[in-house]
Amino acid sequence: MVYWLFLVSCGIAIFAALMAITRLNASHALIYLVITLLALAVVFFLLGAPFAAALQIVIYAGAIVVLFLFVVMMLNLGRRSVERERQWLLPGIWVIPSILAGGLFIVLGIALIGAENQAMIEGEMIGPRRVGAAMIGPYVLGVELAGILLLAGLVGAYHLGRRYLDERRER
Amino acid sequence: MDMLWIVPVLPLAGFLILCVTEGKLPKVVVACIGAGSVGLSAVVATLVGWEFVASGSTSYSQVLWTWMVVGDFDVSVSLYLDYLALVMVGVITGVGFLIHLYATGYMWEEEGYSRFFAYMNLFVFAMLLLVLGDSLLLLFLGWEGVGLCSYLLIGFFHKDPENGYAARKAFVVTRVGDTALILGLFLLFRELGTLDIQQSLEGARTAWPEGSTMNTAIALLLLGGAIGKSAQAPLQTWLPDAMAGPTPVSALIHAATMVTAGVYLIARMQDLYLLSETATWCVAVVGLVTLFIASFTALMQSDIKRVLAFSTMSQIGYMFFALGVGAWSAAIFHLMTHAFFKALLFLASGSVILALHHEQDMFKMGGLWRKLPIPFWSMFIGSAALVALPLTSGFVSKDAILLTAAHSESFGMTFWAFAAGAAFMTSLYTVRMMYLTFFGETKTEPHDKSRANMWLPLLVLSALSIGGGWLGFTVLATLFGDKGVHFELHLKEFVAIATMCIPLLGVLVGYLIFATNVVDRKKISDSPFGKSVGRFWFVGWGFDWIYDTLVVKPFRWFARVNKSDAVDFVFRFTTLVARIFHNLLTVSQNGRLRWYALTMFSGLLFVLIVVALI
Amino acid sequence: MIDGAGAIPLEHVIWFAITLFLIGVVGILIRRNVIFILLSLELMMNAAAVVFIAAGAFHDQADGQVMFMFILALAAAEVAVALGLVVQLSRRFKTLDIDAVSEMTG
Repeated sequence: MVYWLFLVSCGIAIFAALMAITRLNASHALIYLVITLLALAVVFFLLGAPFAAALQIVIYAGAIVVLFLFVVMMLNLGRRSVERERQWLLPGIWVIPSILAGGLFIVLGIALIGAENQAMIEGEMIGPRRVGAAMIGPYVLGVELAGILLLAGLVGAYHLGRRYLDERRER
Repeated sequence: MDMLWIVPVLPLAGFLILCVTEGKLPKVVVACIGAGSVGLSAVVATLVGWEFVASGSTSYSQVLWTWMVVGDFDVSVSLYLDYLALVMVGVITGVGFLIHLYATGYMWEEEGYSRFFAYMNLFVFAMLLLVLGDSLLLLFLGWEGVGLCSYLLIGFFHKDPENGYAARKAFVVTRVGDTALILGLFLLFRELGTLDIQQSLEGARTAWPEGSTMNTAIALLLLGGAIGKSAQAPLQTWLPDAMAGPTPVSALIHAATMVTAGVYLIARMQDLYLLSETATWCVAVVGLVTLFIASFTALMQSDIKRVLAFSTMSQIGYMFFALGVGAWSAAIFHLMTHAFFKALLFLASGSVILALHHEQDMFKMGGLWRKLPIPFWSMFIGSAALVALPLTSGFVSKDAILLTAAHSESFGMTFWAFAAGAAFMTSLYTVRMMYLTFFGETKTEPHDKSRANMWLPLLVLSALSIGGGWLGFTVLATLFGDKGVHFELHLKEFVAIATMCIPLLGVLVGYLIFATNVVDRKKISDSPFGKSVGRFWFVGWGFDWIYDTLVVKPFRWFARVNKSDAVDFVFRFTTLVARIFHNLLTVSQNGRLRWYALTMFSGLLFVLIVVALI
Repeated sequence: MIDGAGAIPLEHVIWFAITLFLIGVVGILIRRNVIFILLSLELMMNAAAVVFIAAGAFHDQADGQVMFMFILALAAAEVAVALGLVVQLSRRFKTLDIDAVSEMTG
């Protein structure tokens, strides 16, 4: 039952991901990305990580992708941009990336098969309590560093997002 | 004696102060620092010397700190004082102080007053390091230091490119000798494993038999260094050009101290030379040849400072000669007296030059003896000492050298005859110089500008030129008694009298030639033979021409031919290869993000394949 | 719903992660629009997150989820900065074409 659920989620995720990278309209692509993320949240839950699944929905799908959507709307990408995307996305452009991805897939697959690991994930729940304990336990330094990273991201985004960054200088 | 380290440190302090203040101090303060540091150093040196003599020991060494340690090779910065070093220190600080004092007046109106004294103080420091250094490495440091200061001071009036040329010439020519010296040091270190002077001499005495090849080679290489520094044949050509520097510099560096460093080096490494007859013979011959060449050349010069330069050369030739024939103490003694009277001559000529508004041509002087009494009498006394008239210091020292030469078994009368002939020539050119400068008709009106700080050194040096001989001789003879040759007066009567009479004869002949019309000078100098010989002597026996033809011109030709630098091709090939790869990589650096991503993933694929295969 | 016996093979999870990751790679390589490139980056990071969580579950450790937290923080910071850049890009170049900013040639 769990395994079947897992397979279905995987299928949805992969399908949505493929759709996301091939869409011409950025808003559509982002909706597909949300679907992928939600499917991943299910996968996380099935793997016994309910807290991660919740965060995946709340932060990833809820915050990050919404941020994307804001920007896309702010930039007001209309029909013209769809037209342009169509020109950019010619069939010929697929060849080299596909060969590369196929090569990587084969090599990684060989490595994976060669390992012959028949391990099963039992799906024991690892709840927020244990995760929180680990985060303020052995990983406390990493958490602080992540905090600094977020601060740096904040400062960077603020700096880059200033509206008249160069106009003022020109004036 | 613990104060020994203060002696070199004081001039160094003076140099540093003058250096960091960048000539912003008032001239009076500069003069006080410049001359005062050397003066104080002289006082301390006197105290140390007094204590040293009173203690009755033969040597004293003071270890300051360890300079460097490489494996079991360690060099400590330590000072070594014995009688030889003491004499040198006395000359450097004493005569040095007098010259500094004189220079405070002489340089008063020149640009770069502070810079001048900074260099001079640095020079005194380096020279003291040279003579006090306990290891050959420290000696070499001082040796190069004085070379540097010599370069800086010859080119002191740097606005005239000629002076810069003279400075470069001095530097390059002495560098030839320095190369020999450093090769000698390498060889010495390889053979004996130490550069400490006393240890290496001890090692040489025990390790090598008399006349061993290695010893001779080292001694000859050291002699090469000494030749370069002391302007002996065949590396003497830089000294006359070095007269481009200010006159006090000529007095201090190119007469009294630095050029005698070679003599000091050989005297310091005495034991090496005592073991090798060949090297000793070479020293004597070098001295004799220089002595001869220089005294003939001096006879034809018109520039008063060049006369003195050639005279210096020949007097140092005497010292080398003395070292070669075994008159060690006489050589050092002559070094001391020479420092007195040659410094005196230079300073007096400096006063004359200053009074004549930097006129150095003797043919434009004349009749000055009434108008410039102090320079005249100083010059007179200095000349008397130079030609070794009896009762002067020069007489005592030169007589000692000639008599030792006459008594020396291996050299004998031939060498004596040559040296005596050169002494005769010395008299001739000195008389000529004195006559042209001070007698005859007045050609240029002098303006005596000398102050007390300029004539006081002249007086003191005059006194030393006369009395220094007697004072020094008694002291030196006892002090060097254990090492040098004794001057027992069981001489052949003839030699003794002849030696005494030759200078007098020279003066007489000179007087007849230059001051009276007994000999028709014009007739001689205008005859074809006289002309060519005179020309030959004037250019210093053509050494400059020889070097120009043998070294400078071929080098220039080679430089011109090899303008594109054949050796450089190898390196250019390297740059070519680097450039090709650079261009290849530049293509990949196209700023397209997806291209970077593609290469990155290709790299990942490649690495994974490699890992999978292994 | 959660019955321990219905376990998921670790290998299959990793196959899934690889597929997702490669879809992200292809997405980066084929798209010229910056928005899509960022989107593909998110896919790749999620693929990494899947592997972390699977490994954590397999070993019955919380570390995998902690790593997921870090990925989350990283993604948040990255998206904030990158979207700032996107805004600047569209302002200055009037386009979202990533090749338009290829001025950094060596």
